[in-house]
Amino acid sequence: MLQIDSWKRVLIWSVCVIGLLMALPNAFYTRVEQSNDAKAAIELGIDTPEMQAEAAQWPNWLPSSLVNLGLDLRGGAHLLAEVQVGDVYESRMEAMWPEIRDALRDERTTVGTIRRQESAPDEIRVRVSQPEGMTRALEVVRGLARQVQTLTGVGATDIEARAEGDTIVVQLSDAEKLASDDRTVRQSLEIIRRRIDEVGTREPTIQRQGADRILIQVPGIGSAGELKKIIGTTAQLTFNPVVGPANSLDDTVGVGEKVVPSIEEGGRLYVIESNPVVTGEELVDAQPSFDQNGRPAVSFRFNTSGARKFGDYTLENIGAPFAIVLDDEVISAPVIQSHIPGGSGIITGNFTVEESTNLAVLLRAGALPAGLEFLEERTIGPELGQDSIDAGKVATIVAFVAVLVFMALSYGLFGIFANIALILNVGILFGLLSLIGATLTLPGIAGIVLTVGMAVDANVLIFERIREELKSAKGPARAIELGYEKALSAILDANVTTFITAVILFAMGSGPVRGFSITLGLGILTSVFTAIFVTRLMIVTWFERRRPKTIEV
Amino acid sequence: MRLKLVPQNTSFDFFSRWKIWLGISGLMMVIAFTSFMLQGLNFGIDFRGGTTIRTQSAQEIDVGAYRDAITPLELGDVTITEIFDPTFGEDENVAMIRIQAQDDAEAVSSATVTAVEEALTVASPDIQFVSVESVGPKVSGELIQTAVIAVALAIGAVLVYIWLRFEWQFALGAVAALVHDVILTIGIFSELQIRFDLAIIAALLTIVGYSLNDTVVVFDRVRENLRKYKKKDLKEVLNISINETLSRTVMTSVTTLLALISLYVLGGDVIRGFVFAMIWGVIVGTYSSVFVASTILLWLGVKRDWSKPSNTAGNQFANIDA
Repeated sequence: MLQIDSWKRVLIWSVCVIGLLMALPNAFYTRVEQSNDAKAAIELGIDTPEMQAEAAQWPNWLPSSLVNLGLDLRGGAHLLAEVQVGDVYESRMEAMWPEIRDALRDERTTVGTIRRQESAPDEIRVRVSQPEGMTRALEVVRGLARQVQTLTGVGATDIEARAEGDTIVVQLSDAEKLASDDRTVRQSLEIIRRRIDEVGTREPTIQRQGADRILIQVPGIGSAGELKKIIGTTAQLTFNPVVGPANSLDDTVGVGEKVVPSIEEGGRLYVIESNPVVTGEELVDAQPSFDQNGRPAVSFRFNTSGARKFGDYTLENIGAPFAIVLDDEVISAPVIQSHIPGGSGIITGNFTVEESTNLAVLLRAGALPAGLEFLEERTIGPELGQDSIDAGKVATIVAFVAVLVFMALSYGLFGIFANIALILNVGILFGLLSLIGATLTLPGIAGIVLTVGMAVDANVLIFERIREELKSAKGPARAIELGYEKALSAILDANVTTFITAVILFAMGSGPVRGFSITLGLGILTSVFTAIFVTRLMIVTWFERRRPKTIEV
Repeated sequence: MRLKLVPQNTSFDFFSRWKIWLGISGLMMVIAFTSFMLQGLNFGIDFRGGTTIRTQSAQEIDVGAYRDAITPLELGDVTITEIFDPTFGEDENVAMIRIQAQDDAEAVSSATVTAVEEALTVASPDIQFVSVESVGPKVSGELIQTAVIAVALAIGAVLVYIWLRFEWQFALGAVAALVHDVILTIGIFSELQIRFDLAIIAALLTIVGYSLNDTVVVFDRVRENLRKYKKKDLKEVLNISINETLSRTVMTSVTTLLALISLYVLGGDVIRGFVFAMIWGVIVGTYSSVFVASTILLWLGVKRDWSKPSNTAGNQFANIDA
């Protein structure tokens, strides 16, 4: 009749014990967190007695995974950035230009002279003086195209050329744009990660979302603005030849030249050559330092090819000014005094110490391939998070006690069994959350409270069923057995449907909502487990010991 | 002595006035829908873009002074509300400032936020900005879309599941109850102009799950009783089933409400709207599983003859007792 194999009993209790053990570190949150941090630091080689002491706060043989606290509980900044993938097209086309120009010049006899026209940034327009040679010209330009590796576009090339009257229009192909977008987003992701790691905050979340978006969450940072200072700057450093001064930003300049302002407010405007001599990509190191007058500066070093280009240029252009340009603003435009062969130098400007440190970080981590636009930004202060945790704790405890009392009053001894199962349920839920490293958010706490309320449902179904079966005057053992048996289909159907909604929430939701769906979904699993297995085991064990003639549910 | 909310044996007739109940539900849905059409929802920034700033200061909050400080910035529609909550301490004076999405900005501008923060710091020197959230119009549009898809998907998935496990009449009854609950919940948010944000969508889906939970339990008993009492008519079987499960229905609703109410009172103002939606949903969901889902089932009728093979697609699953 009421029998449960011993191995099942052992298994059920083991699951409970393991669940509770996994949940244990959360009861000593700060201590375990410090200990984990210290252990990580020791692993990195920072081995001081203080670290050892901190690490020893939590024994090694106990589990030490914690439930992550979401931004809304811990405080921090959240940014959703869209990578301006189109930015890359422009530099790609700019780099294509010399190649196209040289190729067409070689065909001067058929196409005549060529002239580059004004155009949208993502294309190149070239007018040829002999339109009759257009077919040949297109052939030549198309000959410069390279194969693109894509899954679908077999034989796709990276550029497309077409004729519009006497003008050749060259653009990136759609396949190449797609591939380029993907590369751009990956690179941006990598560079953002490097920059945030350089600053060294704990447990940042940096994820790609959709085709061209990046989600960045950094706990513990003061504000989204601060975070944007680190990741929002493109940090595209270039060294360009200066053509001359400009009067206004709208000055007409030659093709291949542009007007850029100085970084100082109300500063001068410069006309520079668009094609840089050297770029920040060829830097191998950048460190904050001071110039000979003791003002903050950034010293840098080029790699071999960068050093050679820089050396050659300085040798040939002694006496001419060149501009150090950061994100289309001139930081400084010194005159080349002498040949600079070593490949290292120093950037001076009106920096504060903080700015020079930041700039060095940015230059070291590399430039973002494209600009970022921020679609969403949230800052949650740590106080608000702490308030939410405190309020959530109190609410959960009160909810817990209310449900426990109510169940005990309604079902007596069986209610107490259900209560023990409920406590185990929340314990195992926390254990699972820690195990998978889930993030607990404020709605997630609501999900736990809701689980507390709904978890007893399965037990209520069973107990009500046992009551009914007792009415039909079967023995208590039979009534208990039938109660479990008959309530099962209702329990499963009811929980599967709720679980479906939790899964949909998880798939569609983001951030806090997702946190809620995780606690709701796992709560359903644990509550079904505790109701079907744990309370049953308790009741059966009790029944075997006492062998009551009658039971009251 | 046991606490019993529902007497041991009940035999209420839930369908003697079923037209009235359906009428009331219909009327409520019309009111909810009209309210939604007339005044719409008080969308939070998640859904319409903009910025909310939560401020806290030890001084009493002077909404007028805040407004005077912000008005010169010409940011369009700005709402300032002071928030009162029993969980706040003595010197915690909290206000929420909501600024509409600025024109021509796909993204959010931190310049706006900085300007507002500076202006407010002048008005109230000890002010703290405990949370600042901005959502650009591009994202908010997508969020609405995702939310609508999520709710529709949830209802659709449930329809299919119940159809497979029961029969199509049951599925329709359950879904009618769900739609009823969702509309009434949206209706009360529109009527009371409570802020409707992303978390409320989570609440809506939870309501869908809960209401369904209730409905499925009743239906499960109906399925069982249909086999047990082959001679009784459907109305009687439904009544017996609802009466038999009544005690459980009330018990579960009470424990869930106990938990939710403690969260409502003590959980702080940040999630109060969310919890309110769920409390309302539990009440409406309990009502609808008896008075909407079962009534629709009665109205649609159920195939009674289980001896012959059925040609409904779902029947092969219907007899599986898990």
